[in-house]
Amino acid sequence: MVILVVAEYDTAHVRPGSRSALGVARDLAARSGERVEWLVLGSGLDSVASDAARFAPVTVADHPLLVQATADRYARVIADVARAHEASVILANATTFAKDILPRAAALLGAAMAGDVTGYSFADGELLLRRPMYAGATTATVTLAGRPYIITVRASAFPPAEPLAKSGECVAWNVVAATLPNQIEYVGLESRPTMRPDLTEARVVVSVGRAFRSSEEFEQYVGRLADALKGAAGCTRALVDDGITPNEWQVGQTGKVVAPELYVALGISGAIQHLAGMKNSRIVVAVNSDAEAPIFSIANYGLVGDVRQITPALIEELNR
Amino acid sequence: MKILVPTKRVPSTDEPVRVHPDGSGIDNATLTHMINPFDAIALEEALRIRERQGPGVGVVAVGIGSVAFESELRTALAMGADRALRIDCDDSVLDPWSVAQVLAAIVRREKPDLVLMGKQAVDDDSNQAGQILAGLLDWPQATFASKIQFLEPARLQVARETDRGLETVVIRLPAVVTTDLRLNEPRYASLPALMKARKRPIETVSQRELGVSLEPKVRIMRLEQAAVGRECVRVADVAELVRRLRYEAKVI
Ligand SMILES: Cc1cc2nc3c(=O)[nH]c(=O)nc-3n(C[C@H](O)[C@H](O)[C@H](O)COP(=O)(O)OP(=O)(O)OC[C@H]3O[C@@H](n4cnc5c(N)ncnc54)[C@H](O)[C@@H]3O)c2cc1C
Ligand SMILES: Nc1ncnc2c1ncn2[C@@H]1O[C@H](COP(=O)(O)O)[C@@H](O)[C@H]1O
Repeated sequence: MVILVVAEYDTAHVRPGSRSALGVARDLAARSGERVEWLVLGSGLDSVASDAARFAPVTVADHPLLVQATADRYARVIADVARAHEASVILANATTFAKDILPRAAALLGAAMAGDVTGYSFADGELLLRRPMYAGATTATVTLAGRPYIITVRASAFPPAEPLAKSGECVAWNVVAATLPNQIEYVGLESRPTMRPDLTEARVVVSVGRAFRSSEEFEQYVGRLADALKGAAGCTRALVDDGITPNEWQVGQTGKVVAPELYVALGISGAIQHLAGMKNSRIVVAVNSDAEAPIFSIANYGLVGDVRQITPALIEELNR
Repeated sequence: MKILVPTKRVPSTDEPVRVHPDGSGIDNATLTHMINPFDAIALEEALRIRERQGPGVGVVAVGIGSVAFESELRTALAMGADRALRIDCDDSVLDPWSVAQVLAAIVRREKPDLVLMGKQAVDDDSNQAGQILAGLLDWPQATFASKIQFLEPARLQVARETDRGLETVVIRLPAVVTTDLRLNEPRYASLPALMKARKRPIETVSQRELGVSLEPKVRIMRLEQAAVGRECVRVADVAELVRRLRYEAKVI
C-alpha cells in the first residue's frame, strides 16, 4: 500500500505547493506505516524526476502523449498507477490542475474525495478532515467512505516537505499509448508574463480592488509597491471582471488562496468571497478611503485614505 | 441539441451564513436562497446557445433535492429554460459523488448532447460534480469555462481559467462543461416571467424511480463558524505603518 502524491512542477522543479502535499503524506504514512511516493506525469521529465527524488521515491509517467495535462489522459494514468500500487490515499495541492483531474480519477476509481483540506486529525483510527465551506465562513469536519481517499490540500496550510538525506529511486511507469483516451485536444495557453514571484508562493502579496481603473494605473501603483516589497501582485474579482488584471491573479473563493507573511489590501472592500482567499495571511494591512470598510475587521493594521496618495508615499517610505 | 443544466439551490451569497449552535449544519431558518451563481451562468450560456442556434436547442434545468428546490427551478423556467426536472431526494446528505451518480442516470434517460453546469456549488465549495460526471460517463470535459464557441455542430472550443492562465481546448459532444464567473452575466428573470413560471409544471422523478441509491462518500460530521476578526490597529500615516511593519510585526 502506498500514499501517492501527484506532483506539479515548473520546468525543472517540483512546486513548493506539491511539497506541502508531500508533507501531509509523510505524516499520514508515519501513522499507517505505508510508503510515500510521488507520481509525476508529463513528457521529458528527467530533470523534474531527479528533483522530485530528493524528497521521495518517484513513479515517472513520461510519454509524449502526456505533454499537456488533459484531464482524460491524466485521470486515466493516475487511476492505473493507483490500482497497480494499491494506493490508499492520493494527495495533491489544491490547484486548478488537481481540481480538474482528480475528481475524474475519483470517478474511475470509485474513490472518495475531499478538496481544499486545511487540517486533519484522527479519532478512533478514522481520518477527520477539515475543509472550508460557504466561502470560508464555516469549517467542516468530514470523513470519507471508500478507498482510496483522494485529498487536495491547501498548500498555505502546510509547510513544504524538506529533502531526504538520500534521494529516492525513480521508477518509470509503462505508459501504454493505446490505452490513453483522446477526448480533449489542447490548443494553447495564454498568460500575462510577470517577473514577480508566484502569488501562492510569495512572502508578500500586494492586492488591489476596484479603486484602480486601468492596467497602467495598476502597474504604476501596485506593481511598483509589489516590487519594493519583492512581493507578488494580486487582485479582487472586480478588476478581473473589468479586464484590468488577468484571472490568474485573482484571490478568493474562486481564485487563488494565499497566506503570505504580509498581505497588503489596497482599495479592497473585504467581501467574504475575497476574504476566503487571504484571511489566513499572517499580517494584513488594509488601506481604504472608507473607514467602515469590512476589510478593516480582518486587518492587523489599517490606514484610512486615498490609495492614489498613500501608495506612492508608501513606496517612497520603503525605499528610504 | 439538448442541453442539461444542473441547478442547485444555495443560500444567497449576499447574506452571512450562521452555523447552528449544535454544529449540525447551517441555520436555514432566516436564509434566503438562490440558484447557485455558477449554475445561473451555465443556464445563461445554454439560453444564449439556443438564441444563436434556434429552437432546435432544448434547455432542461435539473435540480436534485427536496421540494424546496422548486423555487429555484421556477426561476430557471422564468429565465427561459424549456423544461424543469426535479429529482426528489433528501438533499441534506448529498455529496458530489452522489450528485454525479444521479446526473449520470438522468443523462442516460434524457440523452443530452451537452451538460453545462457550475464549476462549484458555493455552499459546499467542492468543485467536483462535473468532473466526476464526465469520468462516470467517459465523456470529454472542459472545466472552468470562460468562453465557449461552436466550431462545428458537435465540436466546441472552450477557454478555461487555470492558475497558469487561459487555456484553450477543443472537445467533441457529448461533453460536460463547467462554468467560471467570466463566461457571461446571467439575465434576470422578469416579474411577469416569474408569475408565468408559477403555473408551469415541474417534472418530478423520485431517486428510487431513477434507480440510483444514494451512497455519499463524504460525510459532514460537524460544522463550525470560522473564526474571523482581528484587532485592527489604525495607523495615522505611512511612516507609522512602515515603522510598525518593520519593528512590531517584523515582516519587512
Ligand atoms: C460566487 C461568487 C464568487 C466570488 N469570488 C470572488 C473571488 O474569488 N475573489 C474576489 O475578490 N471576489 C469574488 N467575488 C466578488 C466579491 O463578492 C466582491 O464583489 C469583490 O471582491 C469586490 O471587489 P472590490 O473590493 O475590489 O470592489 P468593491 O467592493 O467595489 O470595493 C472597492 C473598495 O475600494 C475602496 N476605494 C475606492 N476608491 C478608493 C480610493 N481612491 N482609495 C482607497 N480606497 C478606495 C472603496 O471604499 C471600497 O471599499 C465573488 C462573488 C460571487 C458571487
Ligand atoms: N443538488 C444539486 N442539484 C443540481 N445540481 C447540483 C446539485 N449539487 C451540485 N450540483 C451541480 O454540480 C456543480 C458542482 O457542485 P460541487 O461539486 O458540489 O461544487 C454545481 O455547480 C451544480 O451544477
